[in-house]
Amino acid sequence: MRPEDAPGDAPALDVAGLHVSFGGREVVHGLSLRLHRGECVALVGESGSGKSVTARALLGMAGAGASTNAARLELLGRDLTDAGERTWRSVRGRDIGLVLQDALVSLDPLRPVGREIEDALRIHERLPRAARRARVLHLLERVGMPDPVFAATRRSGELSGGLRQRALIASALALDPPLLVADEPTTALDVTVQARVLDLLAEIREAGTGILLISHDLAVVARLADRILVMRGGRVIEEGPTETVLRSPREAYTRALLAAVPTDRPRGSALSVRAGASDAATLPPATQYGGRTRTTSAVSGPAPTGHGSERPLLQLHHVSKAFDVPGGRLTAVDDVTLELHAGETLGLVGESGSGKTTVARLALALSTPDSGDVVLDGIDWSRRPERERRPMRPRLGAIYQDALSSFDPRWSVGRILADAAARGRRLSGRADSLVDDLLEQVGLEPALAERRPLTLSGGQRQRVAIARALAAEPEVLVCDEPVSALDVTIQAQILDLLDRLQRDRRLAMLFISHDLGVVRHMSDRVAVMRAGRIVELGDAESVFRAPSHPYTAQLVADAPRIVA
Amino acid sequence: MSELELRQSTVEASAEHIAPRGRRWPRPGTILAGGFVAFLVVATLAPSVAWTQDPNAIAPALAFESPSFAHWFGTDESGRDVYSRVVAGTGTSLLIGVTATLIGLALGLVLGLLASFAGRVFDFAVNRVIEVLFAFPGLLLALLVIVVYGPGPVTATIAVGLSTAPGYARIIRGQFVSIRSSHYVEAARVLGRSPARILGRHILPNALVPLSVLATLGIGQAIVWASALSYLGLGAQPPAAEWGAMLAAGRTYLATAPWLTAFPGLMIVGTTIATTILGRALARRGQEGR
Amino acid sequence: MLRRAVALVSGAAFVLWAVATLTFFAIRLIPGDPAQAILGGPGSQASQEALDQVRREYGLDRPLIVQYLAMLGRLLTGDLGHSYALKVPVADLLSSQLGGTMLLAVMALVVAWMLALGLSLWSTGRSRFASIIGDGIELTAAALPHFWLAGVLIAVFSSGLDWLPPVSTGTPAGFVLPVVTLAVPLAGFLAQVMRESLLDAMQQPFVLSARARGESTTGIRLRHTIRHAALPAISLSGWALGWLLSGAVVVETIFAMPGLGRTLLQAVTLRDIPVVTGVVLLVALVYVFMTVLTDLASRIADPRLRQEGAR
Repeated sequence: MRPEDAPGDAPALDVAGLHVSFGGREVVHGLSLRLHRGECVALVGESGSGKSVTARALLGMAGAGASTNAARLELLGRDLTDAGERTWRSVRGRDIGLVLQDALVSLDPLRPVGREIEDALRIHERLPRAARRARVLHLLERVGMPDPVFAATRRSGELSGGLRQRALIASALALDPPLLVADEPTTALDVTVQARVLDLLAEIREAGTGILLISHDLAVVARLADRILVMRGGRVIEEGPTETVLRSPREAYTRALLAAVPTDRPRGSALSVRAGASDAATLPPATQYGGRTRTTSAVSGPAPTGHGSERPLLQLHHVSKAFDVPGGRLTAVDDVTLELHAGETLGLVGESGSGKTTVARLALALSTPDSGDVVLDGIDWSRRPERERRPMRPRLGAIYQDALSSFDPRWSVGRILADAAARGRRLSGRADSLVDDLLEQVGLEPALAERRPLTLSGGQRQRVAIARALAAEPEVLVCDEPVSALDVTIQAQILDLLDRLQRDRRLAMLFISHDLGVVRHMSDRVAVMRAGRIVELGDAESVFRAPSHPYTAQLVADAPRIVA
Repeated sequence: MSELELRQSTVEASAEHIAPRGRRWPRPGTILAGGFVAFLVVATLAPSVAWTQDPNAIAPALAFESPSFAHWFGTDESGRDVYSRVVAGTGTSLLIGVTATLIGLALGLVLGLLASFAGRVFDFAVNRVIEVLFAFPGLLLALLVIVVYGPGPVTATIAVGLSTAPGYARIIRGQFVSIRSSHYVEAARVLGRSPARILGRHILPNALVPLSVLATLGIGQAIVWASALSYLGLGAQPPAAEWGAMLAAGRTYLATAPWLTAFPGLMIVGTTIATTILGRALARRGQEGR
Repeated sequence: MLRRAVALVSGAAFVLWAVATLTFFAIRLIPGDPAQAILGGPGSQASQEALDQVRREYGLDRPLIVQYLAMLGRLLTGDLGHSYALKVPVADLLSSQLGGTMLLAVMALVVAWMLALGLSLWSTGRSRFASIIGDGIELTAAALPHFWLAGVLIAVFSSGLDWLPPVSTGTPAGFVLPVVTLAVPLAGFLAQVMRESLLDAMQQPFVLSARARGESTTGIRLRHTIRHAALPAISLSGWALGWLLSGAVVVETIFAMPGLGRTLLQAVTLRDIPVVTGVVLLVALVYVFMTVLTDLASRIADPRLRQEGAR
């Protein structure tokens, strides 16, 4: 029997002055934290803020080469400041559980999930095998697994993303620990699945488990947390009840984080606090933000759409595309019709596997449709042989999720941009000034021209990718998940940049993302895609405000948002 | 899988595990390996600088002397200085190793290019050829070549080159295929670049530079295989001062004069280790230089 | 799974056919008269009648294509022809030699696996020092040529310490040095691969999950990382066996053991073509069989491969 939680407000977890350093470099500077049973505390921060290290340190596993010390580290009233590995092992799994991101790799892909869940029981309790099995099935049922008996025999790769995340949670809950640390538990999941997993975590909290929820996403946290701790550079810079932190944040950085969340933010308003700031790495310390929350100087006014009678620049006309997959054929894109006009942004939103990327590839004529036509400015784009398409390709630019892999690893930023700007011609002496000009347009220093993309930060890479796409002066820009790999504040800067450039150059932009908030913020019109089909298409505001298709309605309802 | 692919994959892995740290100086192992290879090069180009006496000077009175200050590696049955003979054999052994590697690399490149760029039919055919050649594991293909053309150093060199070719071919094909389907090649297509330009600017440079790593690794393997053939009496023949042949000649005196076989063998082992270490260093530089 | 099996078997059959064909035509490239070779090589002064007689006997007077088809026909019935030098059926000769060589190779494979596993488990997840030592041992082991290692082992354990016989005696003691000679370099290769995959596996999030459940370091190795480390080594075993059979040529010669390797070397030296062809085909058969086996074993050990299906 575990000692029951003392009456009153003795916290289940009480940490004060937690320091973690790696080889003399301190990454967590004196963090304090209290967590009660049945309470959910969220630790929010961007990459490098020290939130994940903190989570691991609370289980005594900050990592090889890490040194952890704390003024106080009490778990259920037990002092663990000087605990050795043996003590920690007896605590882990029994008194505190850990749920990581992406169960595909967080559960051993070679073992059935039932065995993984059983492990905690085997380690901490002497139970006959049959009793352990029964507990496993019970646990799987508790986390809402549809067919526990079947699921227990599956390996993580054989379950869908949502189900395997449930299995991972079941393995952390095996001994019903009073505390659960959840490190980005829903990050890789589709919105609808994410919403269900968050519901499950809420149920677990209601049942009396204390949850420490770690996330980069304030909107995800808003739904579940009772209190929020905002971390930056290894310190908690703001702490308070969820309502207070979200509605009246004290710190400028918290405000910047909140401002960066695009959900429900009208088109045309800037997301980044300092438009044009090149990256988090070069962001000034939080104190320099002063009282300014955001400037709207960079972007203003409604988008100049007015395409009434104009011919669409890019058209997908009843386009279908299927691929061979093991065990049959998958129709990735099924009878899709889309029109894109000059000066407008068409958002394409859908969950993973909905066919968004295939649409992008068809639009770029990187693959040919099985049926239907792609028409570029009146030209039968998809039917022409590649040789005839090539001279027209500069009219379309593309930006991808993973900017780094889209650059030749041997080329410098300068060479990449000069090559794109040259459009196959010789640039002779103008190359340097062209490159400087392009870098300036995307808010980068000219000195970066000599660097290789590998040495740049994520935000800088995406800026270089944008500069490359613009170098050939395209009329159409296809963006496939351009910000999903970036931190929120960087995401905000990139979105602002894209939005500004789209307006300035009257680009026709096809903006693809899984993130409803991002798409809504960026788009004039929105197409909602599901299983290869467009289920809803219309003006962005009306689609999101009054969705006509039940799937869209579900997506909108499940999208995490700050103000519920 | 082939021995070469194995060496290659672990080299790549070791390059990945060692994160770039902006290191200016090579590691101590790399310096040592570099020094050893430098010695081999000197011994090849100007053996008289490196040897202590005439490798063919017979002195029956001094036969079977164990290693000493005068004779670092001892003397053989005719009183010849083993160290000087090892130095004299360096050129032949390296020449065989390098030539065999170049033959293997060239054949591999032809096969790899055919498979990657001459269409699906060729890709299919080349892959079957590679598969079939892999069914002659290790020295077997080399032995077959020797049956047909008779023993001798030239045949042995060609035989080793041939037997290593399928390994090169598969690695090279793999490199081309992965580069061709890479995002940066796609990005070049989106910019409207012609296939010839993409091949010349992106695919070839990115595929060929790693070949230097591959060739470095291959030399060690080729030297081992070629000396195995010499040892079996199918490559260079005993009077010649080639490492494998020296080992074969020293076999008779294994019990009484083990230094006759120990030192030429150590040179082979040293060369293989040194080339592997240098290959790794090259691979690391390739990773960091990006 | 069935489709996969059919693909594997037909692929294997194709490789064997191609090996037989390639070998047959390669042998025809040999300059000189096969009949001469049968009668003791170019030096022999065989009479014209004797040569004609041999040509008829071995079917050498028939057109090449007929000879080729006849060869394929005989292969299907397991007939590998007659040895030129020993004048006995090749199939009989080889079947008497196969057992010893396979025993040697399989024992070497097992020993190499154990050495590699031990070394990689010892050298990972410890200090930086251990990993440098482990790396050095692997690198050196993988660089050791069989013929030299055998010499060193004989010099130390037979001539020096007099613990083990320098030539094979047919007793278990006589088997030790040949097995070690074959196993050590292979263990170097396998350990490199295992260590890399162990390191990879240890950095995977599922190890963190397991630790968070209270699993001990040993438990994590036994239940998790060791399986991941074994996977690539399993799939390498087909290559490894072929590599060992090739190494057996050297090792059997040095230790004067009867076996396929030594038979092959003698046949190569004497240009006893039917025997060379026979050994090559037999080794290819073993190799192809092992490849199919390791492919299936990998699929059983790693469910992710099964999911990818017929890729």
